[in-house]
Amino acid sequence: MALLEVKNLGISFGGLRAVDQVNFSIKEGQLYGLIGPNGAGKTTLFNLLTGVYQPTDGSIMLQDKLLNGKKPAQINRAGIARTFQNIRLFKKMTVLDNVKVALHNQVHYSLFATLFKLPSYWKKEKEMDKMALDILKVFDLEGQASVLAANLPYGKQRKLEIARALATNPKLLLLDEPAAGMNPNETEELMQTIRLVRDRYKITILLIEHDMKLVTGICEEILVLNFGMELAKGTPSEVLNNPEVITAYLGE
Amino acid sequence: MEFIEQLINGLRSGSIFALIAIGYTMVYGIAKMINFAHGDIIMVGAYSLYIFIAKVNLPPVVAVILTMLVCTILGITIEKVAYKPLRKAPSLAVLITAIGVSYLLQSLALLIFKATPIPFSSFIEVPALQIGKITISGITIVTFLVTTVCMILLTLFINRTKIGSAMRAVSEDKQAAQLMGINVNRTISITFAIGSMLAAIAGILFISQYTSLRPTLGTLPGIKAFVAAVFGGIGSIPGAMLGGLLLGVIESLSKAYISTELADAIVFGILVLVLLVKPSGLLGKNRIEKV
Repeated sequence: MALLEVKNLGISFGGLRAVDQVNFSIKEGQLYGLIGPNGAGKTTLFNLLTGVYQPTDGSIMLQDKLLNGKKPAQINRAGIARTFQNIRLFKKMTVLDNVKVALHNQVHYSLFATLFKLPSYWKKEKEMDKMALDILKVFDLEGQASVLAANLPYGKQRKLEIARALATNPKLLLLDEPAAGMNPNETEELMQTIRLVRDRYKITILLIEHDMKLVTGICEEILVLNFGMELAKGTPSEVLNNPEVITAYLGE
Repeated sequence: MEFIEQLINGLRSGSIFALIAIGYTMVYGIAKMINFAHGDIIMVGAYSLYIFIAKVNLPPVVAVILTMLVCTILGITIEKVAYKPLRKAPSLAVLITAIGVSYLLQSLALLIFKATPIPFSSFIEVPALQIGKITISGITIVTFLVTTVCMILLTLFINRTKIGSAMRAVSEDKQAAQLMGINVNRTISITFAIGSMLAAIAGILFISQYTSLRPTLGTLPGIKAFVAAVFGGIGSIPGAMLGGLLLGVIESLSKAYISTELADAIVFGILVLVLLVKPSGLLGKNRIEKV
């Protein structure tokens, strides 16, 4: 069954069609890749999927629920979480707090319990600390739980962003260039982490990436965008051998 | 001796400024706007207290709670009606709206209560404290206690609770917070509620010292608290606390040792100096834009 079903999706900014007539569907548990030259509309597509932009036409369905018109926070609660191309952590908060903020929709306690520090408050707080630390462990960040996010090295900030998105308990995780700025070793490690996350949390992942090795190495299916439109779709080898894709990337 | 008494006076008015300044700074931090109607919430608080105590004859504790409730609801309503529709408008439009709301509240008070000042006798009856040659009035003691408790509770709230951390997240990056499932509108409402509640407390403490009600009574403390917030570094809660206290002390000492008439000029002069040396305020962060 398709987890995400995108039909005829399009958005215009004034006269510019940033995304046009895009169709694709992602199956549950799939690792799906989104590639394309600069300015192809990849991040715009992410912004459409997460409610940052409202589509001009077409529809986005998550498990048969229409997402058009929903606000970002509602879409997040419906089950889509994301990371950003340029890291957008809460830099003045600790690593642990970054993850805990994202856990908030899953743990409930009353304001009354909070203000008077009732036992139920402490219990839930401990529960949240544990949940957050469990997620941090997957990314090897548990040792830096009390460090300010701004003070983490770059590669770890990227990992923390994934951890934070994961903490909102998504069905579909969108990763916007997770390997940007990483060296080959770090990229290799990241690939393993992404696979691990998918298997361990049983989630579906859609990722934008320029690193072809990463995309073809882990993605089961790939969508290629060019000038906001679908250029090709298929398995990594199909896409890589598609003459139109080669032209778009390398020129005539 | 006189110096210490002046210092205590300054800390007393300073802690009231601090309570008001927190409202300015929190709203700025989260909604990125200056709520110029904030000072008038103090006025509404003072008049509400007057009605509940002198007209309805409620016991002081009930009157105080009701006053806080009135201001909290007023703060949330102002945000919903006047500022929320302008969330995406340029900041100048929001600023002008805030000034409009401020005049609206003052004019309403003028219409209902008329311009003649209404005398109000303080309901706080705590005996003065004598330490050696220094006398600390009852109202001063109450002011210190109340503001200290408020600041401790607020600090715990911001740093330890779910809503507090959501507020910190929204103040750093509204969009990212939204994408992590945080309801930004609700967070902004809560911020206005807390700011207005603190303004109500400030109004109660203020009117207990200056025992006379006028529709414009919120203006000057409002402006001074705004200065205190900028002085301490707008957006920073510890900054607002520090800025408020310093402003009160500077004002009190200038009145005592330099000139009563010039006290305000000195206060604002020091603000200009601080901002020249450190434009982001005492505890504000210098932002270096990445290019």
